[in-house]
Amino acid sequence: MLSNFGNTLLFLNLLLGVLIIYFSVGEFQNSKITISKKIYQLCLFQITFVIISFLTLITAFIISDFSIITVYQNSHSLKPLLYKISGTWGNHEGSLLLWVIILTIFSFFFLIYSKNHQKNYRIISLIIQNILILGFLFFLIFNSNPFSIIAPTPKEGLGLNPILQDPALAIHPPLLYIGFVGSSIYFSAAMSSLITNYSGKLFAQSIKNWVLISWSFQTLGILAGSIWAYYELGWGGFWFWDPVENASLLPWFAMSALLHSIMVLEKRNQLYFWVIILCLLTFILSVTGTFLVRSGILNSVHTFANDPSRGLYILIFLSLMIFASVFLFFNKFKNSNYGFYSNSRETFILINNWFMIFYLITILLGTIYPIFTEVLTDYKVSVGPPFYNTVIIPIVVLFLFFMSIGPRIKWIKNKSYNLNLLFKILLASILINFLITYFFNSYSFLSNFIIISALFLIISSLLDLNKSFKKKEINSSRVTSHLAFGFLILFIGLNHNFSLEEDFNLKLGEKKKFDNYSIEFTDLKLKDFENYKAVIGKFQINNLKKNLNQFLYPEIRIYDNPKTITYEASIRSSFLKDYYITMSNVDRSDYYNIKFQKKPFMMWIWISAIFISLGGFLRLFHNAKKNY
Amino acid sequence: MLTKKVQKRVSFLSLLLISLVIAVFFILKSLTNNILYFKSPTDIQLNQDIVLSKKMRVGGMVKKNSININDKAINFIITDFKNELFVSYSGTVPNLFSEGKGVVAEGILKDKNFFIADRILAKHDEKYMPPELKNIIKKNVK
Repeated sequence: MLSNFGNTLLFLNLLLGVLIIYFSVGEFQNSKITISKKIYQLCLFQITFVIISFLTLITAFIISDFSIITVYQNSHSLKPLLYKISGTWGNHEGSLLLWVIILTIFSFFFLIYSKNHQKNYRIISLIIQNILILGFLFFLIFNSNPFSIIAPTPKEGLGLNPILQDPALAIHPPLLYIGFVGSSIYFSAAMSSLITNYSGKLFAQSIKNWVLISWSFQTLGILAGSIWAYYELGWGGFWFWDPVENASLLPWFAMSALLHSIMVLEKRNQLYFWVIILCLLTFILSVTGTFLVRSGILNSVHTFANDPSRGLYILIFLSLMIFASVFLFFNKFKNSNYGFYSNSRETFILINNWFMIFYLITILLGTIYPIFTEVLTDYKVSVGPPFYNTVIIPIVVLFLFFMSIGPRIKWIKNKSYNLNLLFKILLASILINFLITYFFNSYSFLSNFIIISALFLIISSLLDLNKSFKKKEINSSRVTSHLAFGFLILFIGLNHNFSLEEDFNLKLGEKKKFDNYSIEFTDLKLKDFENYKAVIGKFQINNLKKNLNQFLYPEIRIYDNPKTITYEASIRSSFLKDYYITMSNVDRSDYYNIKFQKKPFMMWIWISAIFISLGGFLRLFHNAKKNY
Repeated sequence: MLTKKVQKRVSFLSLLLISLVIAVFFILKSLTNNILYFKSPTDIQLNQDIVLSKKMRVGGMVKKNSININDKAINFIITDFKNELFVSYSGTVPNLFSEGKGVVAEGILKDKNFFIADRILAKHDEKYMPPELKNIIKKNVK
């Protein structure tokens, strides 16, 4: 029943997409300056139908309609409600439907909120966006249909992988999708801008809010994924430079570059073609990431259900997109005059873009390098954290300094440098760094530079914040993001240097001592829960010097459907540090395998990342207020 | 003759380009220094020019009844059904680490029969197998 209903809606959507394109083409003959009502209505139908079809799928998950394959494979009637719902997008088919929905929503709202822009530009953007929608809809219906049925109807579902049954991972895909699927709208707009020659400031104004939305959500999405990895994977880290993680970071760098250079286009009417490249690149990278992840070409610690036929379809679609955008770009490319002074805000934004592209290339090369070596030399290799750490970290130091100075430079031509002030800030940063190493612990040569440059950015942003408060400027979005970025790097640096990690094996009742810590394995209990059994350990942690006495309770969970064992870390978070224990059992032995970690400032890393994206939302809010 | 303005622009653009080329060169250089090769126990036995001190990944199955644990380390044997490799590891094992199941270990070789791992890779899914491992098993188990 639900399956037929959902399928009908999807086919209706296919039809609507074609109709929208058909009538949009017809609009060119129409000499009115506004787009006719008909198209608005069609788009309204389109968005309504696609949302209803998604709600249908969610309903199927909630009522556990196992006649639908997707539900059968990814749900179970005993699962908590939240994870029944999040199971909807926790699988390939459902997430692809989410993909189509976001394409459609962005298409609709772009149409509504671009009313004061040229008609042709809007129409062609709509057509291109609908071509994208149709492409993905075809893929959805004919290759990965979420409403496919299975006969006879199974009595019970296979269940969702327990590791995905988690609040952070429940919101992770929607956030990330708003981010990188949202970038489709400025892909379409950029193509349209090339076709209609609707360029310059007006073009920048029409897409800047969409860039902000996608960037802010992408930041939050990456954060949710990291938090999940931190407490679910049991390594205590939050970033592993895994291909799947890199795939989400690549469009983020392109977006960040775009976010900055679009200001130059808006304010100075320059860098038009560069902005276009970034618009096209962002969405292309998003689709590339999806291709790499879903096709199973890359070996990743994260699992996605892989299927070569999916990969092939996305690859064909991706090639068409790249071909069309490159073709159009070189057709329209004109050598334009870049006449700005080297000492100006514009130059510093270009420097930012240089860094963003550098990081992007680094991560892209690191991610796809294994594919090339395997094809060319038949060697199987993997690129791990050491590569990224050696290439990226030293460059961050330079980047942070430029990031501090850039916002102080004036547009067009900067007249005076306040070298005196910069020097004072530098001295203060070095002093604080010295105090940290003196009172706590010294760290590596490079870490000193990282901490100093992060402090430099923080202090200079704080001064800016103070100045804008004095002037009663409400728009402090840029300062918020930059300040938060400084804190992010600072806390990551401190966290990296002051973490304590110890791996050992213990039997029940035994005690392990190291440094000032002693850890005692005091108890082991078996407990039944709604959809799993848990073996819960009890560990007493003492710090002899600091009078610390804490209990932590890591678990080994045994899920029935699907049959899986997971290790749940026990984390005691506080403002200053996290204590972290994971416990695992080993075959034919009384020993339990224990990992103990002390991770300082973890909470502040999350908070910093939230504030980075908050800056984006603040700017969005500010822009919206200006327009009314 | 080029005007001064054009000259400035050309030098600016070429500076940008050169810096990018240099950057990519360094990226590639450190890439070749930092890659990890994936080998099976048989690869290690057959390979003459293996660098012992270089980090690598080894994959295969955990041999039945081979896991042996004490308070410091977990010792086990990785087999690809032709050759075997002793592994010593101290650290946490992922939840799907078990006898008779696939495993990927990262670390350095002490000699051709003994491997010191500093990481055992986690896989989320019991049905999932790294593509490399699948190939090895396909080759050896018929």
